[in-house]
Formats: sequence, C-alpha cells, structure tokens
Amino acid sequence: MENDKTVTDSQLNGTARIATKEMTLNMGPQHPATHGVLRLVLDLDGETITKCTPYVGYLHRGVEKLAENRNYLQILPLTDRLDYISSMSNNLGYCYAVENLFGIKVPERTEYIRTIVGEMSRIANHLLWLATHALDIGAMTVFLYCFREREMILDLFERLCGARLTVTYPRIGGLKNDVDEQWLKDLKVFIDDFPGKVKQYETLINKNRIWLRRTKGIGVISAEEAINWGMSGPVLRGSGVPYDVRKVMSYGVYDKVDWKICTGKNGDVYDRYRVRMDEFHQSVSIIKQCIDQIPEGPIMADAPKFTLPSKDKVLTDMEHLIHHFVLITKGPQTAPEGELYFATEVPKGELGFYFVSDGSGKPYRMRVRSPSFVHVSALPKLCEGELVADIIANIGSIDIVLGECDR
Amino acid sequence: MSAAEMIGIFIETLIVVSILMLHVSYVVYFERKVIGHMQCRMGPMRVGWHGLLQPIADAIKLFFKEDIIPSQADKPIFYVAPLIGVLAALGSVAVIPMWEGFSIANLNIGILYILALSSVGSYAVILGGWASNSKYSFLGGLRSAAQVISYEIAMGLSLVGVMLMSGSANLSDIVHAQAGHWFIFTQPVAFFVFVIAIFAETNRVPFDMPEAETELVAGYATEYSGIRFGLFFMAEYAGMFVMSAFAVTCFLGGWSGPAFLPGFVWFILKVYAFIFLYFWIRATLPRYRYDQLMGLGWKLFIPLALANVVFTALMKIL
Repeated sequence: MENDKTVTDSQLNGTARIATKEMTLNMGPQHPATHGVLRLVLDLDGETITKCTPYVGYLHRGVEKLAENRNYLQILPLTDRLDYISSMSNNLGYCYAVENLFGIKVPERTEYIRTIVGEMSRIANHLLWLATHALDIGAMTVFLYCFREREMILDLFERLCGARLTVTYPRIGGLKNDVDEQWLKDLKVFIDDFPGKVKQYETLINKNRIWLRRTKGIGVISAEEAINWGMSGPVLRGSGVPYDVRKVMSYGVYDKVDWKICTGKNGDVYDRYRVRMDEFHQSVSIIKQCIDQIPEGPIMADAPKFTLPSKDKVLTDMEHLIHHFVLITKGPQTAPEGELYFATEVPKGELGFYFVSDGSGKPYRMRVRSPSFVHVSALPKLCEGELVADIIANIGSIDIVLGECDR
Repeated sequence: MSAAEMIGIFIETLIVVSILMLHVSYVVYFERKVIGHMQCRMGPMRVGWHGLLQPIADAIKLFFKEDIIPSQADKPIFYVAPLIGVLAALGSVAVIPMWEGFSIANLNIGILYILALSSVGSYAVILGGWASNSKYSFLGGLRSAAQVISYEIAMGLSLVGVMLMSGSANLSDIVHAQAGHWFIFTQPVAFFVFVIAIFAETNRVPFDMPEAETELVAGYATEYSGIRFGLFFMAEYAGMFVMSAFAVTCFLGGWSGPAFLPGFVWFILKVYAFIFLYFWIRATLPRYRYDQLMGLGWKLFIPLALANVVFTALMKIL
C-alpha cells in the first residue's frame, strides 16, 4: 500500500531521526466529490499531493462502437448519455455534425430555437456546476438555490419535448416539436428573473473570504499550457484565451446576435468560476435576442432523404411512406462518402464529432472529442503540489462529467 | 459527603443528562428545519406532524443498525473512541450554572475544567481516526490534531480576559460579575476569538475539516456505523450545547435577564440563539482548508487574544 520511497529527515540536517513515508490514497471511483466515477490515485506527503494519476473508464459504455451498428437517426439518443447534464447541447452537436455531413440546411426558425435551447442547456449545466462546485468547497446553500432555478429550465424542457434530462429534442434536419407562444413567454419570464438569481448566488460566495482563499491562486494554468493541454470552453477562457467555437466557427444564429466571449486572467479556480458566472449573463442576453428575433416558418428541413416525414403525410402519401420505411429500417441511404469533423461549444468546452462515412446508413466510424476527457488528463498538472482539499476545488472547476469522458 | 447527598447528585445528573440527550436528538431536528427553510426546503416532514418524530425514528434506526468493525481496525481504541467524545461532552455539563445557584458541581476552576474536557473530546476524533485504519479516517484524525493546536491556545487566551474581569474561574461567579454589563460588551475581541474557536472546537462549518464529507468522505467517522457513529453524532451536538452554554455563561450573562422570565428560561433562550448561529453559519459559509485555519489561529487569533489580555490587564491595573 505504502510507497517504498522513504525520506529521512536525518539526511536533511543530520540530527533528527524521524522517517516519513508517502501515503497512496485511492480516491474514487466511489467518492462524494469526484463527480461520478472518476478514480484518482494520489501520492500524499502529509496532505500535499506529490503525484496524481487519474483513471477513467468506469462509465465506459462503448458509445462510439455502438454508433457503428446504428443508423444516423438511431445514434441521436446515445448522445444524450454523453454529457447527461446538458444533453440538449450534445444532441445539437451531433445534429449539426450530421447535417453538415449530409449537406442539409435547416430552416431559420429551427436555428433560433436551437440556439435558445442550447443556451438554456448552458445555463442549466452551469447551474449544476456551480451547485456541486460550491457544495464541494462546503457552501451548501448555493447548491439548493441553483437547483431551484435549474428545475425551472427542466420544466421548460419537459413542456417542450416531454423529457427533462435526456431530451433528444433536436432531430437531424430540424426539431421534434415547435415552440408555442406561451412557452416563449414563460421562458421570457424566467430569463428576466434569472440575473437577479445569479446575483443571489454571488452574494453568498463571490466576495466571501473563505471562498476567495479556497479558489484564488489554486489550480493555476497559464494560457499557453492550457492550449497545449488541449483545453477548451470555460477552462481555457479562464486562462485568458478568448476562444469560443460559437464565435470562431459560428453555427446556429450566434453570428446574428450580439454577445461577447467571457475571459479570465489568472487561470485559477476563481477565474474559471468567474467565467462561468459571466456566461450566465451572456446566455441570458442571447436568449433574449433570439426570442425577439425568432421568425415564423417550418421547423424541419426540406430533405426527405434524411429527415423523417410528419405522421399525417406518412399515412396519406405513398412517397413519404416509402421514405419513412427506408429511414427507419436502413437509415439514410444517400449519405455522401468521406470524413467530417464538426465541433460545437457545449457548456463544458469543445465537443467535436468526427465521422467516417462509407455512404451507408451507418457511420463507418464515429469519434467523439469530449472536453471532459481532455480536462481530466490535465488534472495532475492542476493539482500536483497542492493539498487534498484543493483537488476537490480543481475537479469542480474543470466541470467534468464522466459519462462524456468515458463515453 | 453522606449517602443521601450522593444519591441526590446522582438523581440530578440523571435528570440533566436525560434532558440533554433529548435535547441532542431534537437539536438535530431543529437544525434540519432551520437549514431547510434557509435553503427553500421544508426539512423533515414525513414522520409525525411536521416531522416531529424524526429524531426518534433516527435514533431507533441507529440503534438497530449493524455495528460494523473493520477487520484491520485497532479494536479496543475503535470501541472506546466514540465513548470518550460523549463522556467529555457530557462531563462538561456538570459545571455549567443553569440558573441561580444550580450547577451539578460548583467547581472553582469551572473554566479550566471545560477547557480540559474539550481537549479530551478531540482525542475521540484523533483516536477514532487512527484506530479505523482507513486512510480517509487517518487524514481526518490528523486534521483534528492540527486543528486542536491552532485554536485551543487562542480559546484559552480569550477566556483569560474574562477571568481578569471577573476575578474568578468559577462559572457562577463569572455570571455574577456580569451583572449589568455582559462581557460581550466589555470584551468584544475576546468574544470574537472565542466564538470562532468554539466553531473549530465543535468541528462545525466553516471548520469541519476533520469530517469534510466532500474531501474525506466522512473523515474520522468513515468506518463507523450504527450506534458508534451515533455516539460521535451525539458528542458533536452535546459539544455544541456545552460550548454554547459556555459562551452564554462567559459572555452573555448566563441566566440573567429581565425578571418577567425565570433565569432558566433566559439561559435556554440564549443557548438556543447561539445554536441558531451555528446553523446559520453552516448554511452560509464554505469550508476552510486546514492549513488556512492553522494560519488563522496562529497569525491572527493568538496575537489578538494576547493583545486583549494585555489590554484588559492594563485597564484592570489603572
């Protein structure tokens, strides 16, 4: 159990004879604060971490392999289970990637609705992140305040598509349901109310001395190192790199609304916290503009070879019945051959889907570039030399979900 | 001491301890309700009217749970550790004056006695953590040891001011000395240091590092189950009662108060106000890191308390 590496103080000053030994602590896979089934093997000198080795794979379900045996329409529910905290964003990332592969252009109304639900998902995700991050550091009340607001977003999701957590709301080429006026009104009420709630969380921790001492200067990573480690999302922006897939490779209607990239300076836990808190306001602003600008129109793309026809057409029209039958049984038959990588900005960072298509209804290979996996790999860099208590703050600040990390 | 007196003291002790035990179970209920409402929840609602029977259900559950002892544990110490905690906490109650002329033992060194027993209480945590032979427990126990050496000196020093002001270490005398001017007003610095020290003493947020469930699973109590865990729990809440009563006695005038309520009621009200403060803080603050608490103790509280002692002594001479 214990390491054999023994350091004697006598080697240091020649008098004291107290031998010290490093302790190996196996943290996880069952642990209250490793956000799922992350396992960390820590070498401790006292409570100082000398070496941290993350082990992943406890939640591996073979999503990428499963995808090779399913047609493009059937893969969609699997993407819910990647990052189950923000399943909406994962669905969107997958749909955008497949639409790019097929060359489908979705209607404008759909783009607006997708942007709205994507940002709602970002708010919900950041709420859960803040809740658990604060709870890890010991601020219990923030946890329940955040869940109060997250509940409202989940209720809105439920009204939209009947599911709260694993939504499967977007479809390839469009959406499951259209939004109605009342839903948009209720969303507006929530959105108008929300910045006040953010202020409430901030009164509890933003200037709290204990919070500052637990987060400032902890888990520092410089901009250059963050880029080298392949970090993305709020973690990268916390180090001061203004990189956001929504701006760099815009999708949805992010280029039609006015918003800015939030960045930090020092790259510590506190700056990553601040970046996400600022993103609440940006998301609110994006949703507000989308609600004001949203046009009328269809929600499904006109691409009968790739998108499921509506039920009444299937029941009355021969062509649509055939399309429906082929799509359901075999998947899209006219997929172009080739490779494609498409990334979207999910709340946790850059989520990329890489497809190798052989022209059949199933992807020959689907690879998911998940931000959590990349961030877990940088964990040793963040927390070596710090204390056990800091590793908790660090895990919280990189906002990982093991479903996405292990896939 | 005659046999009759002995029996009298025994009965007194029995009554006080049983009331305290009932209090301990209901203060948990009180905590869950208070924090629940602070967090937009209801707290316990299912067992009895507004969950009033919840503590009894909890106690029954703990009593009948399997008592698991890790095979690698140091068994005698593992058995004894929770008992040390409970006994230290209950023992401290003996010297606390609850109303005019009543305390089970009117010691003339009441302050020292409570300080000594509270230090013994932290042995429960250290030994429990050590004996479990689990790494999380071990770290919890070590943190407790680190914690003890950082707050206890400041705590003792803050009470020196009180002793200087009252000229006695007897808790009843201290209450009498506060007639008209509670020491919270004449010794605010000491009160400040003392309150923070007792939060550390009772392992409560923001100084719950030995337990720190998000870091060390449950710290020193990780390997304890059933009633042994329950005993640690009892020790913590009895400790909170003792420390609140201690603070009330030393700084808030003990049982004294306007005459329309009896002294005992004032005493209980003040103690509960203090316990409410514990809950309030728990619902508000994050957790310190243990090295930060040590820094706080050595670099801030000990100098503050020392300065307070010097200042008080000078005022006393002049």
